[in-house]
Amino acid sequence: QRGGVCSCGWRLPQKVTVEVLDHLEHLALVDFRDSEGVERLQKAIQFADQLHEVNTDGVEPMDSVLEDRCLYLREDDVTEGNCTEELLKNAREKVEEYFVAPPGNIPLPKLEERETFLKGS
Amino acid sequence: MLKYSAIEILAPWVPVVGLEIHAQISSNSKLFSGSQVQFAAPPNSLVSFFDASLPGTLPVLNRRCVEAAVMTGLALNCSINKKSLFDRKHYFYADLPAGYQITQQRVPIAVNGSLSYSLCIDNKMSQMVTKTVRIKQIQLEQDSGKSLHDDTRSQTLVDLNRAGVGLMEVVMEPDMCCGEEAAAAVRELQLILQTLGSSQAVMSEGQLRVDANVSVHHPGEPYGVRTEVKNINSIRFLAKAVDYEIQRQIKELESGRTILNETRAFDSKLGCTVPMRDKEGKQDYRFMPEPNLPPLILYDAKSLPANMNHQQVVNIDWIHERLPDLPSVKRAKLVERYGILPEHSFTLLNEDGLSEFFEDVIKQTQMKPKKVIGWILKDLLSYLKKHSLTVKESPVSSFLLADLLNRLEEKEISSTAAKQVFAELWKGEGKTPLEIVKEKKLQLIQDQKDLEQICQTVIDGQENEVMAIKAGNRKVLNKLIGLVQRETQGRSNPVLVKQLLEKKLSE
Repeated sequence: QRGGVCSCGWRLPQKVTVEVLDHLEHLALVDFRDSEGVERLQKAIQFADQLHEVNTDGVEPMDSVLEDRCLYLREDDVTEGNCTEELLKNAREKVEEYFVAPPGNIPLPKLEERETFLKGS
Repeated sequence: MLKYSAIEILAPWVPVVGLEIHAQISSNSKLFSGSQVQFAAPPNSLVSFFDASLPGTLPVLNRRCVEAAVMTGLALNCSINKKSLFDRKHYFYADLPAGYQITQQRVPIAVNGSLSYSLCIDNKMSQMVTKTVRIKQIQLEQDSGKSLHDDTRSQTLVDLNRAGVGLMEVVMEPDMCCGEEAAAAVRELQLILQTLGSSQAVMSEGQLRVDANVSVHHPGEPYGVRTEVKNINSIRFLAKAVDYEIQRQIKELESGRTILNETRAFDSKLGCTVPMRDKEGKQDYRFMPEPNLPPLILYDAKSLPANMNHQQVVNIDWIHERLPDLPSVKRAKLVERYGILPEHSFTLLNEDGLSEFFEDVIKQTQMKPKKVIGWILKDLLSYLKKHSLTVKESPVSSFLLADLLNRLEEKEISSTAAKQVFAELWKGEGKTPLEIVKEKKLQLIQDQKDLEQICQTVIDGQENEVMAIKAGNRKVLNKLIGLVQRETQGRSNPVLVKQLLEKKLSE
């Protein structure tokens, strides 16, 4: 729905709906936090939308500036690794040379239960 | 119960099975980094800075992995894409430190192939049918690390040794209809990969992982909602998981419920599939081109540029010329060369090392291959299975078996005696067939006069039987043969005994 309203009363800009924001927060684990964050997002989308003004009929899309470069192929030799201690130095928690992480994936709570959603102002 | 009567019972429902298979590439180092590929090493010892996704590191493609994918694509009759692209597939998981996997979602390295596999119609292996499954594509991608779930302490331990190892994902179209077909297709793929050497494909070491996509529908109607089944650890469990899921879906639909498009895990202990907690809801992977890798260009004899560094070139034709004989070709050659049945060659190739053993025996004996095959498949193989041994672990070498078969060919022993000798050889005490024959006095009586005397003795002692035979009852002759065998303690050639008795009785 365009121009929707979230539970705290903020009117959201057109096209960037509450559902989209919630979806983005789940996917990228970002926190838009307040109206300024949302506005910044809206402006970024507007800026990118300018691309639609270019006529690209008959033009092959380019997805990398590297497209004319040769992809370098490496020989199958073992040249790295064996630096367990160094790598574990960065870990906040470790158990016997394993990195420690929380159990499984903890999903973001549903929208209704999230306290920080657009609550930053 | 015959397989087809099972399908008749399912008649209103058509099961549809597709497979996504991840095969770990057999290489020294990883797909995009120079750390080693090895099973069961100390945790996080085979991890480079790139594998740990430390900032500032970049992927560098391993040539050997490209060659492995091309070989596999050619063996599966695929079109090799001379230009393929790499993409990022984003999702969060502790064993994926970058937060994305580098894969080939838009344009993979190989597409549109096929795999032929064989099935026995009944359980006796006397009739085989050939089926084909289409290969949608093969793509190169990174493996993730390993998570060890410690539920008691509510934490996950992460080992990144496997993170970044090269994988070939082989996607099989939903052309299969049951667990047996899925298992046979995967088995054939496994044999092909092992023959090529592109993957060792050992499922128990995680080098070959299979996810099944299963749905059911009524004939003539559109395909039903499919579920994805993961956590299948062997080919046997693959068949069970697929068949269970088909039955589960049929039961749900017949009870008026619907099938959720979800991911389920196979529980091998309970023999059923259960929903997977972490995979609820549709995933949005936000695919994007991998900005750090230009397109992968492959060449063939025609397109090969003149003055390019050959180390930087992967030539499809060069690889094609050097492909080894695939299992299907090897089987056909065995049938043609040795006159054995297709189902025999199927078993020979299905057991690691068995076809080589068979050919070694053939080289060392004058017994005809058609007779040798019986000894290989009935005697050797059943002993191996009974003691859970591989061909390599056989206490009876091809040399010893050939020696035994030669004694049989030379009519030094009867075939019953030969089986006894085989059983002795199995004990692996280092004795030769000749030694065992002498020890157990199994040699056939070679002196015809001796044998004639024994026959005469038997005839003299069996007046009634002799009269019956002379009156026309030929079957009684077998009793006399049996008596001669008993007299000679099994050391007489039954064919010769029959001839001698018949000669005497006609006098």
